[in-house]
Parts: sequence; structure tokens; C-alpha cells
Amino acid sequence: MIEADQPKHRLIYRHPLFVRLAHWLNALCLLALLTSGLQILNAHPAFYWGEASRFAHPFLSVGSTIGRDGAPHGQLQIGSMRFDTTGWLGAWTDGDGNTVERAFPASVTLPRGRDLGAGRHWHFLFAWILVANGALYILTAIATGRVARVLLPAAGELRTIGRSVRDHLLLRSHSGANAGEYNILQKLSYLAVIFGLLPLMAVTGLTMSPSVDAAAPFLTPLFGGRQSARSIHFLCATAIGAFFVVHIVMGLVTQPLNLLRAIVTGWFRVDADRTEHEGIRHD
Amino acid sequence: MTERRDFLRQLAAGTSLLALAGCDRLTRSQQATDVLELGETFTRLAQDALLGDGLAKEFPESAISADFRANGTTAPDSQAYLDHAAAAFSDWRLEIGGLVAHPLKLALAELRAAPSRTQVTRHDCVEGWSGIAKWRGARLGPLIARAEPHPSARYLVFYCADTLELTLDGSGDYYETIALKDAFHPQTILAYDMNDRPLPVAHGAPIRLRLERKLGYKMAKYVMRIEAVESFADIGRGRGGYWEDRGYDWHAGI
Repeated sequence: MIEADQPKHRLIYRHPLFVRLAHWLNALCLLALLTSGLQILNAHPAFYWGEASRFAHPFLSVGSTIGRDGAPHGQLQIGSMRFDTTGWLGAWTDGDGNTVERAFPASVTLPRGRDLGAGRHWHFLFAWILVANGALYILTAIATGRVARVLLPAAGELRTIGRSVRDHLLLRSHSGANAGEYNILQKLSYLAVIFGLLPLMAVTGLTMSPSVDAAAPFLTPLFGGRQSARSIHFLCATAIGAFFVVHIVMGLVTQPLNLLRAIVTGWFRVDADRTEHEGIRHD
Repeated sequence: MTERRDFLRQLAAGTSLLALAGCDRLTRSQQATDVLELGETFTRLAQDALLGDGLAKEFPESAISADFRANGTTAPDSQAYLDHAAAAFSDWRLEIGGLVAHPLKLALAELRAAPSRTQVTRHDCVEGWSGIAKWRGARLGPLIARAEPHPSARYLVFYCADTLELTLDGSGDYYETIALKDAFHPQTILAYDMNDRPLPVAHGAPIRLRLERKLGYKMAKYVMRIEAVESFADIGRGRGGYWEDRGYDWHAGI
């Protein structure tokens, strides 16, 4: 009798307000930065190592060539490899059915039309917001002990990496997920993005500024030159884009509504028989 | 249930916040452009406050690019320019005027005899590429000092021989403006040699401005006339340069 009245689920307070605000502001910034970044890249979609550009030798580039059929073909070059990317990169069809020879299609650039000046306005505005948001988040997360409590792997936890990789590949959530804890792959990837990729993006971004370089001449050599810094900036952005995709797919295939509720309202639903947590609220 | 409803409502709000579909329309409205440019205004304030007057990095000659790209106009086509080029700029004169006590008209030989500086520097284009070249030119500071700018002069306007966009009102002619104080930075020169040879037409013959620490579009090529002004609001479309009039940032420090 009594058991029938026991709730099957209860809610735990998983994400404090500062985490949720930082998360969504970060998502907004990254979306604007990635799309305006592609707009900026459309001005010169080629990457080099070193201080200056050796135009004949990019290690990565997007371009177009005229094929035997007389039509433009998109081409992605990686080292000595060439891939036909017609329709996706280099040459694609716009909404009116016209073929456009431009690296990244209008559907993924901000603004959609070719406009380097406007792309730079969007990029630098959201770069400032990202940096302010990121700095506030990191300071708060360290000061409140959240980094140590939630993100740093516990002793011996690294040994669970194998199982966690398998869980991810099988698109299933691990056992601890029900208790609202991150698994080892989540912890490592969040740490890598928050303390690795995003700060590296900011610093390589600054390194591309000729004014900053004059005032801080030690910056460019750190990355092997300005063009190397630009390439690293792009490769990190690609990694963040990949993180975005995996992050969203993992959420969608595990428990999308519960996870979304948690990152919007803070409250995450767990099985009632799990160990007690602070801030429990019953359904 | 209320929780779920609250959650879905908040989710919808979050999604609409993320919907950047309206961004193109935003970009075209003036108020939105002003907001967007806040980022670059903040950048300018931060750079002015923090970066100081250091020299741009100079490189050994071994670092000089074999393939330094010529961008923008590479061959001005006005008859006056073509005539000057055909005569190796022997009749050409650089005019320095505007708000100055002593307007100057300088022949190329006089510029070559003026206090000079040679520097191997990296040129960073707004498009993203870089090239390294050796530049030799007359230091702009002493020339401007000789002309004695009026205390009200705040900017220098560089009028160029090239037209990037054909318009009826001449607003397609290339021009640039810089802060007067930047003229006195030791690396600011009117370059007449590039890699130990007279500046080629593709790179701005007879002289181009070198304003290290800024992006390439500030470094006007084919400079014909320099004018000291108090404000550039009445020049071109009022934003301080050909590209600035078309949406680029005036400061050009990043």
C-alpha cells in the first residue's frame, strides 16, 4: 500500500543558474562565431603554416575549377588530395538555381550574402561576448568548486574510459547518468572545450591582429607564425563544430527532454531509488 | 505538468533566441549595424588603451615572400596616371596640404632624399593572408612636421590615383584616412622601394603608405595627395576610406 504511493522519479537540481545562462549564451555566441567565421573565410579559403602565405602551397583549401563539361566544380584540397565537393563547397546552387563559386554556401554563413565587413562585425561583437561570458563562467565555476566537484575526473575514473567509449558508440547513456553525473568522456570533452579549445580560439584570434602582434611580439612565435595561428584558429573551430554535433546527437538519442529541461530549468529527473542528492524535489 | 509546460515555454523562448534567421535583415538596418559595430568600437578602445606604440615585428630578409600578392587595383587606368608611369614619375609631385602652414609639393627624388627607413615587415590582408616584404621609404612624420599641421588637424587623408568602382560622383576613387599621430610612428613610411627595387605599379607606384600594425587596406597605394583635416565626415561617404565606406572598420587593428 505504502509502496504504491512512492514516486518512481524525483528531480534533482543539476545545473545552477550561472551554468545555464553561460551555456545558452555560449551556444548563441558559438553559433554566430562559427557562421560569421565561415563568412570571413570565404574571402580567402586557404590555410598555410608559418608566418606568411605561400599561395601555391596551402595545406588545406576550398576552391573551384571548370570541369570538362564547362561547368564549375567545387574542390576541397587537403595536402596532395583533391575531392570534388560540387554542391557543398566551392561551387553550389543558390535559392534561385544559380551556380555560385564561393567556398562556403550562403546557408551556413552570417550574413548569407557575401559581405566580409558585416561578417567581421558579427564576429568581433560575439567574440567579446564569448570572452566575457567564458571568463565569468570559469571564475564562478572555480570559485564555487564546481570544476573540482563536477568536471574533474575522480581518482581511478580514467579507467572507465573504455566502457564510456563503448557506451557512446552504442549511443546509450551510462549508469551514472541516472544520478545526474557526467561520465568520463563528458568530463574530458567539457574540460577540453572550456579550458583548451575556447581559450586557444581567443588567443589565436588575437594573434591574427597586427596591432596585438606589435604590442605582444611573443604571441605569433608561440603558434609558429601568423598563418599558423590562423590555421589553428580554424582547426579549433572545426573541433568545436564537431563537439557541437556530438553534444547535440548524444542528447537527442539518450534522454532529450530530460536533458533539455535540466539545462533550461536546472531540474533533472532521476530514478527515485537512486542515492540522495541535495536539492531533491518530488514529482 | 506545470513543470513540463514551463519547460516547453522556456525552451521555445531559448530557441527563438537562437534563431539567427533574421540576421540578414538585421545586417541591413542602420541601427543594427551600429550595434554590430559595438564589438569593433570596443576593440578600438581596448587596443588604444592597452597596446602602446611598440614597433611591428621586423623579419630577416630570408623571410621575404617570393609571392607577395598584389591586391585591389593592380594597374590604375586614368590617362594622368598612365602618363606619369610612362615618364617613370619624373613629373609627378606628391602634394601635402589641407590644414598645414606650409603646403608641400615633393618630387620622387626629393622623397628619396628625405629621412628614410627600411623595414622587413609582414603585411596582413583583411581577407586573411599575409606576405612579407622589404620596404624602403620616406618617414611620414618628418614630412608632416615640415608642413606644420594646424593644431586643429586630427587626420591625414590619402587621395589615390586608382578607381576601384566606377561611379558618377567619384565615390569609387580609393582614399584612406589615418590618425595624425600615427603618421609619427617610426615605421610609418611612404614606401618607394619594395624588395630593393622601385615599387612596382601592381604594388602602388610611385608610393604606397606603410602603416605597420594595421590591416592592408589602410596602406593606400598610388598616393597622389595628402591632406590634413579636422574631420573626414564630408569626404567620400564619411567613414574614412574606400573600404570603410563599404562596411570595413576604420581602426583596422584586427
